[in-house]
Amino acid sequence: MSEEQIKSLEADFDARIARDEKIEPKDWMPEKYRKTHIRQISQHAHSEIVGMLPEGNWITRAPSLRRKVALLAKVQDEAGHGLYLYSACETLGVSRDELYEQLHSGKAKYSSIFNYPTLTWADMGAIGWLVDGAAIINQVPLCSTSFGPYARAMVRVCKEESFHQRQGFEIMYKLCNGTPEQKEMAQDALNRWWWPSLMMLGPTDAESVHTEQSMKWKLKRKTNDELRQQFIDQTVPQADILGLKIPDTDLKWNEETGHYNFGEIQWDEFWQVVKGHGPCNKERLNARKGAWEKGAWVRDAAMAYAEKQSNKKIEKVV
Amino acid sequence: MKNENLYNYILGIADNNLILGQRLGELCGHGPSLETDIACTNISLDLLGQVRSYYQYASKLKGDNVTEDSIAFLRKEKEYVNVLLVEQPNTDFAYTIVRQFLFDIYNNLFLEELQKSHDITLVAIAKKSIKEVSYHRRFSSDWVKRLGDGTKESNLKVQEAVDNLWTYTDELFHLTDADKAMVKEGIGVDVTVLKSKYYKIVNTLLTEANIVIPDSKWFQKGGKEGIHTEHMGYLLNDMQFMQRTYPNMEW
Repeated sequence: MSEEQIKSLEADFDARIARDEKIEPKDWMPEKYRKTHIRQISQHAHSEIVGMLPEGNWITRAPSLRRKVALLAKVQDEAGHGLYLYSACETLGVSRDELYEQLHSGKAKYSSIFNYPTLTWADMGAIGWLVDGAAIINQVPLCSTSFGPYARAMVRVCKEESFHQRQGFEIMYKLCNGTPEQKEMAQDALNRWWWPSLMMLGPTDAESVHTEQSMKWKLKRKTNDELRQQFIDQTVPQADILGLKIPDTDLKWNEETGHYNFGEIQWDEFWQVVKGHGPCNKERLNARKGAWEKGAWVRDAAMAYAEKQSNKKIEKVV
Repeated sequence: MKNENLYNYILGIADNNLILGQRLGELCGHGPSLETDIACTNISLDLLGQVRSYYQYASKLKGDNVTEDSIAFLRKEKEYVNVLLVEQPNTDFAYTIVRQFLFDIYNNLFLEELQKSHDITLVAIAKKSIKEVSYHRRFSSDWVKRLGDGTKESNLKVQEAVDNLWTYTDELFHLTDADKAMVKEGIGVDVTVLKSKYYKIVNTLLTEANIVIPDSKWFQKGGKEGIHTEHMGYLLNDMQFMQRTYPNMEW
């Protein structure tokens, strides 16, 4: 294809996105668009799958049958999200096995928040309330992103996430209206999850490398800092309802801007965790690799069996 | 208590579901593929859902301050009356599937009969549960075939799991005193009559999956009387952790 032809295709492509048309897997797309989407969607899928681990840590110890069932269902939803997102990614010409390989080798990233440990039952509440809350703020705009399979997957993901967030808030509410020991457990969880949740919305705009292009392709509609502000403005009143104190001495309502001012985020910690040195990076990756390696014989057996069955069918025909 | 036999009878059914559901819950997030992970969690969810119906019924019979959670979380090990089979650990995926298969075939036959009980609540629970359990049976049977007739390695692993779990199958067909009393009243299922049908189904499917049926005539028992294997204490330790550490709180 000549350079001119490519330019004309690109112009058509950009115009389609500008008109809010969806790009489908078989449509022509610039190579960079394909690669960026593989990167972002697979990162998102990996986050769902790794995200099962910190909460999975409490399934066997959930404090009541109702909570145990709800937590199992929630973690299972995350597996389901992983499944649609890997499938959406596969439509761009990459296999699930390749994507796993990228996760296991450390080449692909996943959300850093899942490298923090879940130490008490209240962490199940805090994750639902804060982490899923931040995820929703990040993800709702993706329901209208330009790549069709991603946008459609996100509609369902967001519905389930908003249910998870309510469930998390309800766990916190129950703790905060329980015994002093329970309330203390809730406060401790908020203290540990607050700052990582703010970091989850990504580096500041000045440091964010992908924002401009992603805005153009509607992979992003607001900048990281705008999303973070939205999250804080939305969450502070919820903490008030719970009677919990946000662990930020600089947090203060600003009449002029109509937003909360907040303290400085420790970006060193963020980069440390991103670069693989958070409290649980090794554990999370080892758990994923372990499950994959231990399951190899199962997947091989399933393939061998399927082949035998299809050979039997062919033999019957002849 | 007036309905003591019925109460104990219900625990005899539901404790199996609770302990197996707990075991499967350990695997969530660690399955050999996303699809099997989701399926095993689903089975766990079904079993725990059934547990809640049974324990809610049992707690009504017991009265006082008994709740589904006090039954689930606050008994001593000796008071749990599940069969030994369901408390066996998730040694590998072959053990998980074979344990499931050996239980599902029984559970499906059992629920077919429980639907004929004179106790209307048990009938209602059985009718709801059998829809779920017939799916579990299909899932575990398919996987036994897939792994048994897959590769040499998978065949050996399933054979090992069958050889080691076989010893726990006979207990499924033992009758406790509460069982006997409930059979007499037309409420309980006489599980002894299910035994020959059970082994016929299990043996046929294992043979189809290229698995040799163990010829051992020695079987383990005790779970139904509260005498468990060494694995049970650890399982309860995890399961009861919150209720024991933070007593008398609502969650």
